Amino acid sequence: MSELRFDDVTVRYGTARRPFTAVDGVSLTVPEGQVVGLVGESGSGKSTLARAAVGLAPLHSGEILLGGQPVPRRGRVRPLQMVFQDPFSSLDPRMTIGESITEPMPPGPGRAERRAEVERLLTLVHLDPDVAGALPGRLSGGQRQRAALARALAGQPKVVIADEITSALDVSIQGAVLNLVRELQRELGLSMLFISHNLAVVRYVASHVAVMYQGRIVEQGPVSEVLVDPQHAYTRELLAAVPGSRPPTHARPARSTS
Amino acid sequence: MTTTASSVASTPPTVGRVSGVLSHRWVRFGIRRLGRLLMSLAVLVTASFLMIHLIPGDPVRGALGPTAPTALVEARREALGLNDPLFVQYWHYLQGLFTGDLGTSLTSQLPVADIVSQRLPATLTLAMLGFLVSVAVAVPLGVLMGVVTRRGRGRRSELAFTTTSVVLGTIPDFLIGVGLVYVFGVSLQWLPVAGNATADAYVLPVLALAIGPAAILSRIFRVEMVAVLEADFVRTARAKRLPSRSIYLGHALPNALTAGLTICGLLLGSLVAGTVLVENVFAWPGLGRTIVASILSKDYPVVQAIVLVYGVGVLLANTVVDVALALLDPRSMIAED
Amino acid sequence: MSRRWLRVVRTPLGLTTGLLVTAVLVLAIVAPMLWSDRAEVIDTDHILTGPSGDHWAGTDSLGRDIFFRALVATRLSMELALAATVIGVVVGLVLGSAPLLLGRRLGRLVTAGVNIAVAFPGLLLALFFAVIFGVGATGAVLAIGMASAPSFARLVHTLVAGVAALDYVSAARVAGVGRVRVLLRHVLPNIAEPLVVNATISAGGSLLAFAGLSFLGLGVQAPSYDWGRLLFEGIGMIYVNPAAALAPGLAVLVAGLAFNLFGESVAKGLGVSTVGGRLTVTDEDAASAPALSAGGTDEHALDGSPSDLVLDVQDLRVSFPGPAGPIRPVRGVSFSVRHGEALGVVGESGSGKSLTALAVAQLIEEPGRVDAARLQFRGADLREGPRAHRHLLGTSMAMVFQDPMTSFNPTRRMGGQLAEVAVHHQGMSRKQAMARAVDRLRAVRVPDPEKRATQYPHEFSGGMRQRAMIGMGVMGNPSLIIADEPTTALDVTVQQQVLDLLQAIRDEDDVALVLISHDVTVVGEVCDRVLVMYAGRIVEDLPADQLDGGAQHPYTRALVAAVPDMHTDLEQPLAVVPGRPVSPTDVIVGCPFAPRCPLADDHCRTVDPPLAPVEHGIKVACWHAGEPLGLDEETGELVEADAV
Ligand SMILES: Nc1ncnc2c1ncn2[C@@H]1O[C@H](COP(=O)(O)OP(=O)(O)OP(=O)(O)O)[C@@H](O)[C@H]1O
Ligand code: SF4
Ligand SMILES: [Mg+2]
Repeated sequence: MSELRFDDVTVRYGTARRPFTAVDGVSLTVPEGQVVGLVGESGSGKSTLARAAVGLAPLHSGEILLGGQPVPRRGRVRPLQMVFQDPFSSLDPRMTIGESITEPMPPGPGRAERRAEVERLLTLVHLDPDVAGALPGRLSGGQRQRAALARALAGQPKVVIADEITSALDVSIQGAVLNLVRELQRELGLSMLFISHNLAVVRYVASHVAVMYQGRIVEQGPVSEVLVDPQHAYTRELLAAVPGSRPPTHARPARSTS
Repeated sequence: MTTTASSVASTPPTVGRVSGVLSHRWVRFGIRRLGRLLMSLAVLVTASFLMIHLIPGDPVRGALGPTAPTALVEARREALGLNDPLFVQYWHYLQGLFTGDLGTSLTSQLPVADIVSQRLPATLTLAMLGFLVSVAVAVPLGVLMGVVTRRGRGRRSELAFTTTSVVLGTIPDFLIGVGLVYVFGVSLQWLPVAGNATADAYVLPVLALAIGPAAILSRIFRVEMVAVLEADFVRTARAKRLPSRSIYLGHALPNALTAGLTICGLLLGSLVAGTVLVENVFAWPGLGRTIVASILSKDYPVVQAIVLVYGVGVLLANTVVDVALALLDPRSMIAED
Repeated sequence: MSRRWLRVVRTPLGLTTGLLVTAVLVLAIVAPMLWSDRAEVIDTDHILTGPSGDHWAGTDSLGRDIFFRALVATRLSMELALAATVIGVVVGLVLGSAPLLLGRRLGRLVTAGVNIAVAFPGLLLALFFAVIFGVGATGAVLAIGMASAPSFARLVHTLVAGVAALDYVSAARVAGVGRVRVLLRHVLPNIAEPLVVNATISAGGSLLAFAGLSFLGLGVQAPSYDWGRLLFEGIGMIYVNPAAALAPGLAVLVAGLAFNLFGESVAKGLGVSTVGGRLTVTDEDAASAPALSAGGTDEHALDGSPSDLVLDVQDLRVSFPGPAGPIRPVRGVSFSVRHGEALGVVGESGSGKSLTALAVAQLIEEPGRVDAARLQFRGADLREGPRAHRHLLGTSMAMVFQDPMTSFNPTRRMGGQLAEVAVHHQGMSRKQAMARAVDRLRAVRVPDPEKRATQYPHEFSGGMRQRAMIGMGVMGNPSLIIADEPTTALDVTVQQQVLDLLQAIRDEDDVALVLISHDVTVVGEVCDRVLVMYAGRIVEDLPADQLDGGAQHPYTRALVAAVPDMHTDLEQPLAVVPGRPVSPTDVIVGCPFAPRCPLADDHCRTVDPPLAPVEHGIKVACWHAGEPLGLDEETGELVEADAV
């Protein structure tokens, strides 16, 4: 099985004398073929948890298992891939899109196969295959984010972690990326940990949701339960703060016009 | 799972704590800064101690020449303690430093401490005057140029200023010194070019020392001022419709100063080093001439001591600047955490 | 790449220094071959002569020609300087990239060592190493090379750390690329430019440093000679033959400066952006912009009597000089705000929202230019310039900016920054003003305002800073608050608190609000009326309750459908606006939205639609306003209704 499991994970930063616990005993499971949304305010430890999973942040205690095995941190085969928030810094400006996408591919196939694979992936994320020869500078934010998704898929991951992948994008482009995420999940059965601070976005793409607050998961469960009948005070506050969830103020009686 | 709605709604707890330890912060900053100073000093002392031992061959033989009798060399080695185990020598060296005993000169047989204390004042005066002159010129000039050339205005003056300051900042002080000697000493014969006997003898050496740093510093202050004038908080100040005086002097200047101050520390350091060359151009009776003469005559104890003095001077200069920075900009204290 | 280098060579400084560098290098190669003999021939008849036709710079104490000696010395001087630079660069590269390769612990140790070494000036280090390596050319090369290594290491370290923190390096590591490969493939290529530039500058520096050491007698020893050695010999006879010192001095100066300045101009040329090149504000502003506010003027008479308007803007334009003619990010915007009204402004990034706000507030600085047919705030004509109505603007118009972290002066206490306003505009004493500041902080619900007023901005949390910013706005008695993305940098829960605060202030004093946001849902919740901006224009002006379902413009409708909310149908794809936003440098003919619009026809592509009123208090700039649109179930793209 290829579910991603965080088991009592703790991540600490800072010096030994003044440690700062960014993630505090988090247990969380991303079931196979499901999208799990992770929400919480900034600084609550969402990104740290993601970075710990792919080996970019040091694990203090606990385990992160992929299909029952520890996530490999060495070697060329990386079944856990990540897509980053800012599409403008997540692609090397001096490498063509094709080269970037080739990088995480497992070793083995020859040049022609790799090129064919790049084309297949680009088509999958609705980009023109010709884009493979272009430098990222020529692409718009939305196109770059799709290329970044293609790069993550090139590693043939069992699970993909998406860290705020739409928050740096303009609203009109954000929709396209969200559509793509849903499509990949449905058509490829992709498992995904989808991090966002936007509950409406999570509601749209995820089947499960976990709420993080000050380094801990305070509530988790199916979207239909957590967002409809929140148990934790912070979840309720988060829900109340979603714009558009309250009666609009312009419904008040008009003032000042004579 | 212990959080409640009320603690969520209030501000993060860290904010309250920061203000609570406000006074402690100075203590913490002091301790940390002192620690760094001591650490650098330790490195410096060790490096100056090891210097003699890193020289290939026998330094005493080198100093006395190949013709000196072996017995004399041996006697000197013994006197310098060079035959002891290394850590014993190190221990003696440290003891000497704490008691003000820097050893004896190989060539003149005088106590090194006496040589240093006799030469130090001339060098200190020169360095301080050079620093004061360069700061006094650079800050107003740089800030003014910053205001004039903000937001891509005054492209002509910017180009002229930048080119001039880059050129002046690049010419090493000894070449400026040679130029000054030629113009004011040899051609015009207006000013004395050697020694420090009279007040007018200070003019050329101080100029030679100050022109380069003044050029570099004024360029940095211009850049900082331009950058600060682009900052969001200056826009806020303008949105408050404050008078220009208040925007430039009250809001922009302090921030430009703090940014430029870091460079001042480095500059003060290189100014201290710059005295070595300038002293040799102007036959200034300071440490700079002594160290060069001692290197050439392989009088290592003297070299060792003067390197140490220069190093300490540089470290103290950096420390002073850091403290000044902390006074001016409250953030710089925590920035190092 | 090559074009950027061309730009360097095009600047006068870049060209001159580039040629000089080339000349010095050529001279270094050919001079010893051509003139070695003439430089070394001893002529006892002409000892220490001054400049003459035979000896342009005179002769030295052995009667050798100083001019040719200076030319021939180019080779040795350059060789030594380059050797020292190579040593410095290589050692610096190794030390500087150590933290990336060695991991955290060891790396930190190396960095600490470099940081200590960097505090000592190069000359001091060079003297130190000169003692160890001995007096002479080899010793000096090693000394100068080692002395320049720490600062180079520091530079490399900073550059590497900068690139290593970028997501593409993280992505490569997640992809399983090893540390060495990351360094070679991703990091070094991206820092190569600054490294080469700095190595060039450093070569100039080494040249000058060498001259310094040789001048002190610590560098090259006779009978070899470099420029520093010649200078050392020349300064001894400066009273007899000044040219003996000046010739090598000039040579080293020119060469050193050439390398240094060439490096600097390359650095500048490669780093500088093209925006704001030449000041070419042409007079065709009015001519090329279409007249769109035709019906606008009359409209306002119907909207409300002029006295009811806090802000009245007609045909507002903002332009900046660009390298290829002026850039016009705001191209004819007309709107008005009534007393107590909350007006939202939405649109994509770059649509001109912020510039419109800044232009209204008279905060656009030169070389930016603001033109308007009318720009009135509470009856005062703002076109007279920001000075004319300083006190009015200072007390009655409040600004709240996006980033609360950078919008306060970090070196001054919070209370003082608020109090300033009252001191300047309301004639209060410092003490009164401070009391008012504390009172206002309390009013914007900053806890413990007395103590908070004495703190610095960095001691406030983001949300509290934004509240303090609003508090600063209500130091006077504002009749208009302009808030540019006031909550974008904040967390959702904090965002709600700030929006509630703005609402409370409005309710209390009948203050009007202009709220700029890219988030349609926020604006829909807070505002009475919404302006939708696209490509520097208002394309729709509609009551907020019409946003959902009542919007007429295809862009507005796409914008609303592109953002999921808590009621979005999970079975439908989100709406997608294909293509990219218009850049302010683009030349626009016809409707600016036409390239992305499902309803566009030839008329749209040639004639720009004006902003004109339709039903329900809506004004819209579209030839096909309100025509039905469908959603392509596959792609989420909006299509003409009958195409589905
Ligand atoms: N000083 C300037 N010089 C030249 N162009 C500028 C300048 N300031 C802004 N622009 C351009 O004007 C356009 C509109 O900018 P503006 O900041 O108003 O957009 P915005 O709608 O507020 O976008 P965002 O949502 O990103 O804040 C942008 O394309 C920007 O590049
Ligand atoms: S005018 Fe034409 S192109 Fe422009 S928005 Fe309307 S329908 Fe689309
Ligand atoms: Mg903006």
